Amino acid sequence: MTRIIKYVFYDILRTRFIIFYTAFLLICTFAFFQLDGDFGKVVLSLMNVVLMAVPLVSVVFTTIHFFNSYEFIELMLAQPVNRKVVFLSEYLAVASSLCLAFVAGVGFPFILYGAWQPISTLMMTGIFLTLVFVSLAFFASVLTRDKAKAIGIALLFWFYFSLIYDGLLLWVIYSFSDYPLEKLTLTLIAFNPIDLARIIMLLQLDISALMGYTGAFYKNFFGSNLGILFSGSLLTLWVLWPILFAIRIFNKKDL
Amino acid sequence: MRIRLILITGILISFFAGNAATLVIGGNQKIKRIKDAISLAQPGDTLLIHPGVYREGNIILEKTLVIKGLDYPVLDGENQFEIFTIHANHVVIEGLKFINTGIANINDLAAIKLLESKYVRILRNQFENTFFGIYLANSAHVWIEENELKSEAEAEYQIGNGIHLWKCNNITINNNIIKGHRDGIYFEFVTNSLITNNHSEGNMRYGLHFMFSNNDEYRNNTFKDNGAGVAVMYTKAVVMVNNNFIHNWGASAYGLLLKDIRDSQVTGNTFAENSVGIFMEGSSRNNIQQNKFYQNGYALKLQASCDDNEITQNNFQQNTFDLVTNGSLVLNKIEANYWDRYEGYDLDKDKTGDVPYRPISMYGTIVERMPEAILLWRSFLVLLLDKAEKAIPVLTPENLMDPAPVMRPYDFN
Repeated sequence: MTRIIKYVFYDILRTRFIIFYTAFLLICTFAFFQLDGDFGKVVLSLMNVVLMAVPLVSVVFTTIHFFNSYEFIELMLAQPVNRKVVFLSEYLAVASSLCLAFVAGVGFPFILYGAWQPISTLMMTGIFLTLVFVSLAFFASVLTRDKAKAIGIALLFWFYFSLIYDGLLLWVIYSFSDYPLEKLTLTLIAFNPIDLARIIMLLQLDISALMGYTGAFYKNFFGSNLGILFSGSLLTLWVLWPILFAIRIFNKKDL
Repeated sequence: MRIRLILITGILISFFAGNAATLVIGGNQKIKRIKDAISLAQPGDTLLIHPGVYREGNIILEKTLVIKGLDYPVLDGENQFEIFTIHANHVVIEGLKFINTGIANINDLAAIKLLESKYVRILRNQFENTFFGIYLANSAHVWIEENELKSEAEAEYQIGNGIHLWKCNNITINNNIIKGHRDGIYFEFVTNSLITNNHSEGNMRYGLHFMFSNNDEYRNNTFKDNGAGVAVMYTKAVVMVNNNFIHNWGASAYGLLLKDIRDSQVTGNTFAENSVGIFMEGSSRNNIQQNKFYQNGYALKLQASCDDNEITQNNFQQNTFDLVTNGSLVLNKIEANYWDRYEGYDLDKDKTGDVPYRPISMYGTIVERMPEAILLWRSFLVLLLDKAEKAIPVLTPENLMDPAPVMRPYDFN
């Protein structure tokens, strides 16, 4: 397994995409630091990057990479190796390289500027989102044999979670605003990893946004140990279910 | 003639000075009780209280006396009594420590209660667990300086106000520290008074509560972590300068609540980390100038019932929402402020933006109507909605804008 991971890793490095991605994050972070000396604001700007760009890049890169290494996978499967092992190695290599790129790209400037404190949550949510969307992209990739179609599905995932879902949520809040919605919205949030990540970060940064009775309710929940455990395990669930489904499909799939 | 006058004055002064005696009170002195000393003393005498604990119930003072403590003698109210009740002019109370007054909701028991007195000075005293700390009714020309008031109550009904003034004028409240009371400083029907350099923190209700009190001025005070911030209501001609309103946090907490205020000035203040920086309702002709608003939930809630206010030259930085209102009527002047969200340009380099800034964000309006919607704050969707609204205002009042926002923040320091 480690051997396959190593090969996939080399392959990813050779495409140089990951290096561009790291460079992009580096430049972004440095630019934010240049524009504004205030760490809080830098983290806030980076939050948008983490919530938008990281899932997008993860999704697109993963699907393209999967179909580009289709022949390699076929070759591997011709050997006496377990299908699951091959698939998991692919997953781990892609996910870890994207995570590394993220940590290096965003973390390095912060260390350089000596700001440790504010980024731990940013890092954590960034890594989680990468993992979640790599999982989703693998899931999309095994659903179909057509590369374009797979990218389409993967992009749809991204689009759905970052835009459509929120629209629906807003619509629900709007239509049922006469009822107490705190618990309902809390439940609905759990069905969207991007929203979860955003709220975890908001609680760290933009506390002032969460005001009034409703705000206090959310803050009490997400700020408590139970809330952190809740959101953490939900995100883990979001990493696990797509990849587990993908493995099941991949195991039975006629390549 | 003149020499004689000076001579006479000199004689008179020495006569009075010689006459004013000092009575020493203490556990191992001739006079052991403050009450005895008060009944012995002549007007103008000084009572010097030595360290110790004095449990004398309610002490009533109706003579002009100077009462001084040496190393903070403790006056204990034994959780039953009001400590000093004063009805005399020219009294000085200095360097005492008051603890444990009684708690009563009919009598308003206080550590020092001043009734219809003038020219009184209350200096450098300490108050611990007093129901009301300093209570003034119908008094004038009083100085309250460098006192420290601390209380630890759990609920609002168990505690009175730190410095409570009712129907007074010409009062100076300077350099006091007030913590854990109901209202830090309470003003009702108080005119021509000055509140300076005080620190009011962690009070249950308001740091400063201010009603029907015209022509007052408060400067350089800090109001921090109070249950509901500072309220200034039903008043005209108040000057509020260089105060700090910090971290007044909660569902109905305001840095500064202005309700029915007219012709007043809010200048050079700092509003930081409040749920709402300033909440304005039914107020007119006020000047809000050169203030700093940063990291507030809402920097400014300007209800449509306000008119003719001028909001100019303020810095708005890192607030979640800069401005919200509840209607579409705009009768106030908002100009030349710095908004950190401003995205305009300055082609002619006159340091003022060439396009107006609309400080009301659409999402602020939505959240105002449906508080649950805060959950989507800072999501991509909200970003898009706000941008769309900026381009074509539908929900937000179109003419509420800053026509000439400045490009760089003002440097107020």
